[in-house]
Amino acid sequence: MTTTEVPTAGGSPEPVPTSAAGNPIGFGRMLRKEDARFLRGQGHYVDDVNLPGMLHGAVLRSSYAHARINAIDTSAAEAHPRVKAVITGKTLESLNLAWMPTLSGDVQSVLATDKVRFQGQEVAFVVADDEYAARDALELIEVDYEPLPAVVDARRALDPDAALVRDEVEGRTDNKIYDWEAGDAAACDEVFAKADVVVTEDMLYPRVHPAPMETCGAVAHMDKVTGKLTIWTTTQAPHAHRTLYAIVAGLPEHKIQVISPDIGGGFGNKVGIYPGYVCAIVGSIVTGAPVKWVEDRSENLMSTSFARDYHMKGSIAATRDGRILGLQVDVLADHGAFNGVAQPTKFPAGFFHIFTGSYDYPAAHCKVTAVYTNKAPGGVAYACSFRITEAVYLVERMVDCLAFELKMDPAELRMKNLLRPEQFPYTTPTGWEYDSGNYPRALEESMRIAGYEELRAEQAARRADPAGKPLMGIGISFFTEGVGAGPRKHMDILGLGMADGCELRLHPTGKAQLRLSVQTQGQGHETTFAQIVSHVLGIPPEDIEVLHGDTDNTPFGLGTYGSRSTPVSGAAAAVAAQRVRDKARVIAATALECSPDDLEWEHGRWRVKGDPEQGKTIQEIAFAAHGSLELPEGVEGHLDASVVYDPPNLTYPFGAYICVVDVDPDTGEVKVRRFVAVDDCGPRINPMVVEGQVHGGLADGLGMALMEVIAFDEDGNNLGGSFMDYLLPTSMECPSWELGQTVTPSPHHPIGTKGVGESATVGSPAAVVNAVLDALQIRAADMPFTPAAVWRALQGRPLRTDLAIE
Amino acid sequence: MQVRITVNGAETGAEVEPRLLLVHYLRNVVGLTGTHWGCDTSNCGACTVWLDGVPVKSCTTLAAQADGHAVRTVEDLDAGGELDPLQRGFMEEHGLQCGFCTPGMLMTLRALLDSDPDPDETTIREAISGNLCRCTGYENIVRAARWAAAHAAAGGAEQPTPPTGGAEQEVTA
Ligand code: FES
Ligand code: FES
Repeated sequence: MTTTEVPTAGGSPEPVPTSAAGNPIGFGRMLRKEDARFLRGQGHYVDDVNLPGMLHGAVLRSSYAHARINAIDTSAAEAHPRVKAVITGKTLESLNLAWMPTLSGDVQSVLATDKVRFQGQEVAFVVADDEYAARDALELIEVDYEPLPAVVDARRALDPDAALVRDEVEGRTDNKIYDWEAGDAAACDEVFAKADVVVTEDMLYPRVHPAPMETCGAVAHMDKVTGKLTIWTTTQAPHAHRTLYAIVAGLPEHKIQVISPDIGGGFGNKVGIYPGYVCAIVGSIVTGAPVKWVEDRSENLMSTSFARDYHMKGSIAATRDGRILGLQVDVLADHGAFNGVAQPTKFPAGFFHIFTGSYDYPAAHCKVTAVYTNKAPGGVAYACSFRITEAVYLVERMVDCLAFELKMDPAELRMKNLLRPEQFPYTTPTGWEYDSGNYPRALEESMRIAGYEELRAEQAARRADPAGKPLMGIGISFFTEGVGAGPRKHMDILGLGMADGCELRLHPTGKAQLRLSVQTQGQGHETTFAQIVSHVLGIPPEDIEVLHGDTDNTPFGLGTYGSRSTPVSGAAAAVAAQRVRDKARVIAATALECSPDDLEWEHGRWRVKGDPEQGKTIQEIAFAAHGSLELPEGVEGHLDASVVYDPPNLTYPFGAYICVVDVDPDTGEVKVRRFVAVDDCGPRINPMVVEGQVHGGLADGLGMALMEVIAFDEDGNNLGGSFMDYLLPTSMECPSWELGQTVTPSPHHPIGTKGVGESATVGSPAAVVNAVLDALQIRAADMPFTPAAVWRALQGRPLRTDLAIE
Repeated sequence: MQVRITVNGAETGAEVEPRLLLVHYLRNVVGLTGTHWGCDTSNCGACTVWLDGVPVKSCTTLAAQADGHAVRTVEDLDAGGELDPLQRGFMEEHGLQCGFCTPGMLMTLRALLDSDPDPDETTIREAISGNLCRCTGYENIVRAARWAAAHAAAGGAEQPTPPTGGAEQEVTA
């Protein structure tokens, strides 16, 4: 038997045995099980679902951002020979389905009845024999619109003369959704009054979009005979969707099966329920046939959940020598036309109030005002960990602004203020309890890998040369994530607690099936969750089948987003395996005719203490559990466990990122020369998968910092509605990422792991932006740093990047 | 109109609308769903297939344009039952996550490797610059292509190499 070295919870490598198939029996680098089908073109995505007699749906969308609907004439579309049904808001009104609840206590229109409130909003749904005919028929629908002034700029949404987005709500007179605050304003006032230095800065985290490569879609099949609705759909949260369909459509929940097959990336885009899904269901009910609806890219970018759109004003207070005393922030949050954010109910601004970040200071306060505008709804998506992306961006930009004013090296300023290892567990001024961390070590490690001193020396030399081009910038970002939502007593979505179920079943021959409530969208759960069970039970990971994404065959839970799979569902899997191991001990003791106390665990086997030859492997025990062995009183046969894991706290991964850019001052082009990312997510179940997660998130951050934005013109036309306009980073913009790691286990997670899926997306944008601004030697300007934005910033006239360039 | 297209060596044909896109022909008429589509503007490359040996975006190619020609899709890469070294490279180097971009990446890179068996990093990055991936940050796709180049030179897909650590560095407590 060979062994592989992997870091363990304590951080020191411990040998892990290797299975006959060459896989680690536990943690370690393991090639992914799911690759076998994807590489052969045998993935099974929603659009690959084809049922006999299936019809195709298409959505007619509003061309206006804000307009009253006077009439909709569907007669020509209905007369199309290949059209089977045309559904409008009127049809849905008769079914009480024209509006549906959002995930945050608001309602949203399924198909518009009174008016349209954003460009791209759903107005009608055509069901036809094929997709081409369905789209042809959309052209035949006549909508009589009466255009209304649009609320485009969130900063004008509360003006007295602003148009009213939600005039259907009785008594509503303005566009405000809520005011919310956290922290201690008085404590802030006190430290700010005494501080040597106060720096205030406005910053925009523009509207961006997760844009997974696979768009959203559904195939709905209502079986008239059995009354069962089966819906194959792009969802990160199949169980939550099932419950919501029951609530929205009044269908009995036990007659709804949600199947989330292979998902082509989610990033928060596939958490909510979109009108298209509901229309597919209604289409199937109306026609009696299965109905497929898959949106195109423009529909995806224009109507499904966007992310961010946070207008922030931060103020940071410090002593002259760079000790941070307090941070205060006012946020204006643009939620679009409906408040459709997906996040724990108690926190209307998500986890934004974690904005104090990774530093030690006593006073913090934030105030968030959310408004309606004539834009698509959403806001919590794109790997944001419930708005921790915005929070990290804010604090990491403010720290750099402070460094700029103090003329202090930003690494030195951070090192001076980082929380120290002995302060953990640490309760932040806004009430979060960070579980564990060694922040200075991570920052030091990133500086070591980057060669920080040499980089600064190179930069100084470059700056000393008046003709020195390109401009070189070095940017740092240190982040603390908070993932694994969440403890049931604090966190629910629409009243559903955020615990996760998990079932582990060992077959008589010792092979296992693990049923999960979460759903992978590329994270590799089929591999890593098998490794978790393997780690605890010593069963080779290839002998463990992971099942997920089908509500009829998996236990209830709220799904995969906010990096919650490993911290919540991973803990559930570990606990289930531990329970199986405990039961196996009793069975082994019975078989060996000794007391369970006489046994000790060696990976994959219970053996007699002092007589290690005597023992039973987990496979032998599984067979005995299903056999005729007489079991002690109260011990049932078989070997399985089911768990509902209610996490006691979030886990807090963290990391230090350093970005090096070269900026061409003549063209405004930014080139990311290097990017160093040191992540600490606790022990790594599969380091290869963790690295992949980090790589993807770093590309996201580069994209947001340099090119991704959904801007609008003054009429509310979406200017980012295709991949020609909404630019994603390609292989050419991305550097070869340089990764490092430190390992600080979570003290409360059964296997110490913290979750990593969103860390890099959360942490990296500020590093790139700080690097660009460092190159330009200016204190502030907003992302994305397109050549135009860089150019304008260099001219001293930074762009307002969320509006059309005038 | 009637089209006849050789797909992965097999004759296929159907009466289709002249406007039918090749990607839809492959997915809906022939039933090969390995070829994906991800945009409406020829930007993402998820739909990349070969037309007479040359990678094309099947979302901007009409089935009619492929009439009388030969198309190769991802389903053909392991035709002999063995994974193509490039497929092996993707697995070894974790060049895929959700797998949605993967068929297009594979078809683009197989064509590159056929014309340049030992491409350097820049050449690989240029080759896939018309293929978007939202999951991998491209790093491991580049490594996968390098893996394939290294292993083709050594006589095709044999044994996987030991894991490469990449640029990973590590500090433990
Ligand atoms: S689907 Fe063909 S390039 Fe995007
Ligand atoms: S692997 Fe998901 S888009 Fe490339």
